[in-house]
Amino acid sequence: MSIDMGQFILVFFDEAAEHLANMESLLLNINVAEPDAEDLNAIFRAAHSIKGGAATFGFADLTDVTHVLENLLDKIRKNEITLTAAMVDAFLQSGDVLQAMLAAHRGQGQPDELAMSDIKARLTQLLSSQDGATTAEPSELTIVIQPGEPFDETLLCRELDRFGVIDDFTPGDAHSPWLYRIKTTDNPEKILDSMSFMIEPNRVSITPSAECQSDFGLFLTPAEPDLSVDEGFGFFDDTPDVASPEAPAATAEEAGYGFFQPIVEAPVVAAVSLTPAAVTPISRPQNERATDKAAESSIRVSVEKVDQLLNLVGELVITQSMLAQNSLQLDPVLHEKLLSGVAQLERNTRELQESVMSIRMMPISFVFNRYPRLVRDLAGKLDKQVELRMIGENTELDKGFIEKLSDPLTHLVRNSLDHGIESPQVRLARNKPAQGTLTLKAFHQGGNIVIEVSDDGAGLSRERILNKAKERGLNVNDNMSDSEVWQLIFEAGFSTATEVTDVSGRGVGMDVVRKNIQAMGGRVEIQSMTGVGSTMSIRLPLTLAILDGMSISASGELYIIPLTFITESLQPKSAEIKSMAGRGNVINVRGEYLPLIALHEIFNLDPAINQFEAGLVIILEAEGQKIALFVDDLLGQHQVVVKNLETNYRRVNGVAGATIMGDGHVAFILDVAAIVNMAQHLASATPEKIAA
Amino acid sequence: MAKKILAVDDSPSIRQMVSFTLRSAGYEVVEAVDGNAGVAQAKTGQVDLVLTDQNMPGMDGLTMIRTLRGLPQYATTPILMLTTESSDAMKQQGRAVGATGWLVKPFDPQKLLEVVRKVIG
Repeated sequence: MSIDMGQFILVFFDEAAEHLANMESLLLNINVAEPDAEDLNAIFRAAHSIKGGAATFGFADLTDVTHVLENLLDKIRKNEITLTAAMVDAFLQSGDVLQAMLAAHRGQGQPDELAMSDIKARLTQLLSSQDGATTAEPSELTIVIQPGEPFDETLLCRELDRFGVIDDFTPGDAHSPWLYRIKTTDNPEKILDSMSFMIEPNRVSITPSAECQSDFGLFLTPAEPDLSVDEGFGFFDDTPDVASPEAPAATAEEAGYGFFQPIVEAPVVAAVSLTPAAVTPISRPQNERATDKAAESSIRVSVEKVDQLLNLVGELVITQSMLAQNSLQLDPVLHEKLLSGVAQLERNTRELQESVMSIRMMPISFVFNRYPRLVRDLAGKLDKQVELRMIGENTELDKGFIEKLSDPLTHLVRNSLDHGIESPQVRLARNKPAQGTLTLKAFHQGGNIVIEVSDDGAGLSRERILNKAKERGLNVNDNMSDSEVWQLIFEAGFSTATEVTDVSGRGVGMDVVRKNIQAMGGRVEIQSMTGVGSTMSIRLPLTLAILDGMSISASGELYIIPLTFITESLQPKSAEIKSMAGRGNVINVRGEYLPLIALHEIFNLDPAINQFEAGLVIILEAEGQKIALFVDDLLGQHQVVVKNLETNYRRVNGVAGATIMGDGHVAFILDVAAIVNMAQHLASATPEKIAA
Repeated sequence: MAKKILAVDDSPSIRQMVSFTLRSAGYEVVEAVDGNAGVAQAKTGQVDLVLTDQNMPGMDGLTMIRTLRGLPQYATTPILMLTTESSDAMKQQGRAVGATGWLVKPFDPQKLLEVVRKVIG
């Protein structure tokens, strides 16, 4: 039977990644002077587990690195070596190298041989530099005595006992050899010398046992003297003859296992007694960590399965709202039972939806956890002193966001470190503590999750941003409000860094950050005070699958506008609307002129209303731009289940997706960012119709 | 009546590999993620063989073997240690607490089956 290891390898990759993340967070919090024994154990266990899995699934390179790492960690946890800051650094570097190796095995990138040999050398060097003081490790020797004349085994055992611990003993006779394994710090010559008065030296061969002599064995425990296995027990019967002196220890190795025989009639060796009862139990405090408990009661389920479930629940929500809508027309007296059933169904559906959504939720600590390391390394590189504070790491958000958040957040964190927090000298000169503080905070607010990156650094410089904007020919003036000025840094290619560092300042990024966040249906806001610090807030909906929307009508069709983009709606007066030659209409909203565009124009529909006064204007804001969208009417607010239009039909410009309303109607969800772009384009160009 | 094996290992990949291998060979397998869970699982229903990792959070393999040996129904049940530690001190400790034998990681599925068949047929 051959077993396909592929499926377990994937599990191993996930597992190893978890161990590495765990190891890193423990290392970052370790007190080098007085490391916590339980933490050291946990770090060792992580390396040990990765090594075990890597060896099992045939990743020799991972095994190599973790082997050295494990050795060093083992010595540290046994207090044979003192932990140093250099070691913590080396361990962190090992984590990085292992991570890269895992990625390479997953098919992402190439293995970096140089980094591997480099870290191995570094760890080995740390091991040997500290190792000098420890006593020589006992090695295991295999003593084979050729078949022949019997000798006094008890006497020999006593003799060998002087040299070390006898691990294994297989009695021989006239046809099969005697076999002893002994753990000793003495050299073979010395032992041979002491045996020579009992046995002719030419019958004896003493060789170092292989590092891992055999990989299976059975002890004949007193509790079960003959292990009464019907067949197959008595391993040596199945193995090749052990008679050849050339391969004393190899037999067990080739077969893969050998039996552990009790030491017959020999005095009990060393301190190890063979009766379980006589052994003093090794009492160790069992520090049970919450995570271990959690592991017991959790299962791994593929994301596809959860998504499928979520999709089905979405369908159920639609069906349920259809039933609810239709049941409104029924006589409540005649159909009392049916109606109460429908009401009950609504409650059940909502609860079901909430629990399925919660399955996809993950704590944001999955993203936050990478920052202690990033901040530590970067602050070191920039010669800045930074304390990282994390608040609300257990705030949960959709798994899809977790993956997409890491790039934008990393960028904001880097920016804060590079441009925000000043060097210790500058801070002291400004009467601030030398150590700056970077705070990552996550919390729920209404139906959104908010993630804030704040620093107590220099804040944004209004003057520099405005100068830079003027240099780049952007349309700015000195009367702009602060928040409008801050929004400028999201312009593509905008950077106020006076010198380009390798950390940030190349002017790529902030625009990408905003794009990424908007792609998730979120927005980025900036608050900043010169000299006091800045806060960048990312506001995201709780899930991608369901959104809060406003339903509107235009030309008899129904559309949904995601609520996050709507700032206000108003009844336009004709006096407020101006027509610009060749550039469409603008509307004056409290002194601010916004491009005005009608939804029926965008989608080439026949207008149902021709007078602006007869309809409504909705002010939309996306990517820092505001426009006014003219629609026929506002209908109401809904939670809608988002259906992908691309997978079901094809991409349509200006439409982000579709949903099915309670009455079974399909409604398009507007892609506000695209519509704002169209309107801006229309306002600044020739009046071309934008075809859908 | 299929023989029942308890596989105790904190590593999901190894545990799944062991279980899958043994189930494919017709054994019934119950799993546990550490010593505590292993003892609980063993008390839930008698098994014919216990395979356990040594290094586990919560309760390690040695402690679990000692605990199992303290239960009358597990006084003579074969218990094999699966461990990456091929050191003799480890083996001696295993032997002292009442392990039946040991199998060093890494092992391939075939080797595991071979050993299990030797012990419980």
